[in-house]
Amino acid sequence: MKRACSRFFYVYTKYFFMDVEILARIQFAFTIAFHYIYPPISIGLGLILVIMEALYLKTGDKRFELMTRFWLRIFALVFGIGVATGIIMEFEFGTNWATYSKYVGDIFGSALAAEGIFAFALESGFLGILLFGWNRVSSGVHFFATIMVFLGSLFSAIWIVVANSWQQTPAGFHIVGNGLEARAEITDFWAMVFNPSSVERLMHVWVGAILAGAFLVLSVNAWYIIKKKYLEIAIPAFKIALVVATVFSISQLFFGHKSADGVSRNQPAKLAALEGHYDSSARADMYLFGWVNNKTQETKGIKIPGGLSFLVHYDFNAPVKGLNAFKENERPTQVNSIFQFYHIMVALGVAMIALSLLACWYWRKGTLFDKKWLMYIFVWSVMMPQVANQCGWFAAEMGRQPWVVYGLLRTSDALSKAVSANQILFSLIMFTVVYTLLLALFLFLLHRKIQHGPETTHDEDDEANEAFTKRNNPLITHS
Amino acid sequence: METFLGIDYNVWWFLVFGGVISGYAILDGFDLGAGALHLFLNKEESRRIALNAIGPVWDGNEVWLVIAGGALFAGFPVAYAAIFSAFYVPFMVFLMGLIFRAISIEFRSKEPMQWWRKTWDISYCIANIIIALSLGLMLGNVALGIPLNKDHEFEGNWMSFFNPFSILIAITTLALFMMHGAIYLAMKTVNRLYVKLTLLARDFTIFFVLSFAVSTLYTLLYIPHLSDHLRTHPSFFILPIIMTLAIANIPRSLKNGNFRFAFLSSSITIATLLIMVAFEVFPYLIYAPNDPANSITIVNGASSLKTLKILLIIALIGTPLVCLYTGFVFWTFKGKVKLDEMSY
Repeated sequence: MKRACSRFFYVYTKYFFMDVEILARIQFAFTIAFHYIYPPISIGLGLILVIMEALYLKTGDKRFELMTRFWLRIFALVFGIGVATGIIMEFEFGTNWATYSKYVGDIFGSALAAEGIFAFALESGFLGILLFGWNRVSSGVHFFATIMVFLGSLFSAIWIVVANSWQQTPAGFHIVGNGLEARAEITDFWAMVFNPSSVERLMHVWVGAILAGAFLVLSVNAWYIIKKKYLEIAIPAFKIALVVATVFSISQLFFGHKSADGVSRNQPAKLAALEGHYDSSARADMYLFGWVNNKTQETKGIKIPGGLSFLVHYDFNAPVKGLNAFKENERPTQVNSIFQFYHIMVALGVAMIALSLLACWYWRKGTLFDKKWLMYIFVWSVMMPQVANQCGWFAAEMGRQPWVVYGLLRTSDALSKAVSANQILFSLIMFTVVYTLLLALFLFLLHRKIQHGPETTHDEDDEANEAFTKRNNPLITHS
Repeated sequence: METFLGIDYNVWWFLVFGGVISGYAILDGFDLGAGALHLFLNKEESRRIALNAIGPVWDGNEVWLVIAGGALFAGFPVAYAAIFSAFYVPFMVFLMGLIFRAISIEFRSKEPMQWWRKTWDISYCIANIIIALSLGLMLGNVALGIPLNKDHEFEGNWMSFFNPFSILIAITTLALFMMHGAIYLAMKTVNRLYVKLTLLARDFTIFFVLSFAVSTLYTLLYIPHLSDHLRTHPSFFILPIIMTLAIANIPRSLKNGNFRFAFLSSSITIATLLIMVAFEVFPYLIYAPNDPANSITIVNGASSLKTLKILLIIALIGTPLVCLYTGFVFWTFKGKVKLDEMSY
């Protein structure tokens, strides 16, 4: 049996060229992408909960209370899975990327430690009050807890994006030692925190996260409106989320642009990959959509001629540094994938703006909730920010290759030398199985909660508990 | 070397890290123990009360693990890299345990079917046992030391982690958490369930004392160097004395119904145990028995002085805040468990 297993692993790794590097990258990408479904919803829903609860406290209107408590239940579910999958991430640097951990620990580690103590502790501490405290603490204290949880989630994003941005645009450090002993040591903490890309990328991430929450609320309430259920609650909730979605999707235009602008200054190779631009002597085009042939180094599609040149130099004819200006081993290779991820993200961003503005237009005309087709679009719109967020990260991280710390440490040098391909394959299979189960359970329970609706302070847990007692306890008679 | 209040920054961070680990063991220890004894409770209502006793706090307790991970990564990156890549397999199993614990708590109460609840009860209980055992196993191996090459990376086979000493430590850890958890639950319950839990707490105390005695005997006989520091610094013998008194106090307090004192005693037991391990290991973070020159110490495994200073500032600002809101949450949910509509 053991021999058969090792034979299997041998054939598998040889045949599919699955070496430690590619397996470790797949595992990291898979676990982080799965994790990143949840925290953005927590951030966005956090903001919406703050608004809903504030309205409840201000007006005392029962509808706002029901709304708040309904979304609290969904928040609990999302948060739970976010935590469970997030803890994996913190340790995966050590398990799979030991060399990287040693190299950046001095810098990356402090950001991560700050996240734990300043953000995550705040969030998780007050979460107990948020979820279990409705009848135990005064409404003011509960509202305070809601704000703290939301702030905690925002702070969390700060430190994680700072750490990631440092990998993209390292600053405030110096290199000590040579070869295997080399590592980055901090020289200026605030220069590390405010490295050239962290502020603009943080804004971009925050807004993307808020959109993820807003469109989830829009989607669920659009479904209620179509089914003509809980209209008393669904309509005001939809309006709250629509305002948030409109404001933030438009502001993303600005922050997204700032981000791209930053990439053009800090990571020209990534910028060139985003638009599939190879030739440094030529002006650079901006594509609406297209296809990059990695082999022939040609990009075809519908484009704005010189658009990228204009973005970078405010001149449609100025040449932009292309991929050919970089050595073969110092630029990303999977250019078409990066191009596609980036363009899907941009297209979805524009679509979100269009959709929310259209809805606002009908709202003003007073016919928004009669437009069934629009409500159907909103039901599916929950996927838009999710896909955009994922694509954005894939573009950002694949565009950074072959570096794990831009210009300093190669991904292929960052691995754990003590870990074998078999071990990673084993854990990757384990993660795939468990995460599939998690996703299925998440969707099942989310569906149940949505079905159950907001028109009660009763949780379905409670009904489940009553049903359990009834079924299994014949001595108890219910009147 | 620069010092702060007369102590090296490296030593400071060793103390902070030890403090965080102890905080994690004390706080999440009772969640894990309560979970590990979950199947000893037979009735549906008892199980619900047990789950709701840890409901509002377990997530906050788990944060201490996240802080510990961050603290190790930031302060001692070389040790962080070596430990987690060496313990790859047991650590992945540990993480799976954490995932299953979280989702079992979350999902169990959502459906009324008996098979659904039974399944999650079993998965919950097993997950907690696995977490406790793998934590103990890793602690045992860290105390024992693992073979490292000169780049401070693990060289050896992960099957060697299953040595008698580490297995004994793993069982002791489980027993300790079960005792701790039973006392916590007794503190939170009333009537018949309360009586049952006091009996369980007594049984687990015996279980812990026995397994601890065996592991101590084994250590003294076969791994004498793990008591070297205690032999050379007799004043530290106060630690085992405190621990013995704390353990002895547990049955006494249980009998008097003074559960806070019993809980405090078991917390002190956990803390003194970890302090003794840290004291014996110091100044090594990971000892390399194959070639002691390859060991990772608090000096060669540490971040730069500048980072250690920054970290200490972060810890000085952060720790009081964390204690403040942890205390606030525990205070909000103090007293016996009452099931209401927001319960699991």
